[in-house]
Amino acid sequence: MEHVPLAHVLILSTILFFLGIYGFFSRRNLITMLMSIELILNSVNINFVAFNKYVYPHQLEGVFFTLFIITIAAAEVSISIAIIINLYRRFNTIDIEDTKNMKF
Amino acid sequence: MSVEAIIFYILAALIITFGVLTVFTRKIFRAAVFLLFSLIGIAGVYILMDMQFVAALQIVVYVGGIVVLIIFSIFLTHSSGERLAPQKLSRIIRAGILSAIGMLFSVWIITHHLFLPVTAPPIEHSVQNIGLQLLSYTSYGYVFPFEVVSVLLLAALVGSIVIAMKIKKQ
Repeated sequence: MEHVPLAHVLILSTILFFLGIYGFFSRRNLITMLMSIELILNSVNINFVAFNKYVYPHQLEGVFFTLFIITIAAAEVSISIAIIINLYRRFNTIDIEDTKNMKF
Repeated sequence: MSVEAIIFYILAALIITFGVLTVFTRKIFRAAVFLLFSLIGIAGVYILMDMQFVAALQIVVYVGGIVVLIIFSIFLTHSSGERLAPQKLSRIIRAGILSAIGMLFSVWIITHHLFLPVTAPPIEHSVQNIGLQLLSYTSYGYVFPFEVVSVLLLAALVGSIVIAMKIKKQ
C-alpha cells in the first residue's frame, strides 16, 4: 500500500460516510436507515485503520478502536432490530412517518 | 502504478458503487445485498493494508452477523418484492445538498492537509501483538475496555430478547 497515498484512502472513506449521511436523511424506512448507519461506521473504521497504518505504524490504537466499534455496532444492530420488530408488531409498519405515537 | 494500487482503486470503485446502490435502490432486499458486497470490499481494503485480523473480524461480524440479522428483519417486516414508497423530493434535495457540502468540505481539508508519518520503527500488526496488548493490564493495555465491552454485549443480548419478547394479553 506504499503506492497509494493516505489522502486517497481518506477520500474513499469520506465518500462512504456522506453516502451514509445522505441515506440516513433521505430514507424513511427504519431498516434502510440502519444500513446507512452501518456505512457510516464502516467509513470510520477505514479511517482508524488507515491512520494507524500510515501515520502511527508503531502503535496498535487504531486497530483497537476498530475492534470496539465493530463490537458496539453488533450490539447496536441487535437492539435496534428488536425495537424494529416490536414496532412492526404494534403499528404494522416501520415507516417512521406512520409511527407518531411518541411524537410530541 | 503497482498491482496493489490497481487492486485498491478497483476495490474503492466497487465499494462506492455498491454503497451508492445501497442508498439509492428502492427494493429493500437488494439494498441489503448491495450493503453485503460493500462490506466485503472494505474487508479487501483491510487485507491490502496488512490488517488481516481486522479483515477477518469484518467478514465474521459484519458479513456473517449484521447483514444476516438485517436480512432476517427484512423478511419479518416486509412482503417480498415490495418496493419502498418514493421519497419526497424536498427531502432528497435537502439530504443531497447537506451531504454534498459536507463531502466537498472534508475532501478539501484532506487534500490540503499534510499527514506526517511518525518516524518510529513500525511494529507488526499480528494477532499475537493485538492480543497481548488487548489483554494486558499494564499501561496502554486494553483489558478494562475489553471487559466493559463484554458486559455491554451481554446487556445488549438480554435487552434485545426482552424488547422483542411477545407480551401475552390477559
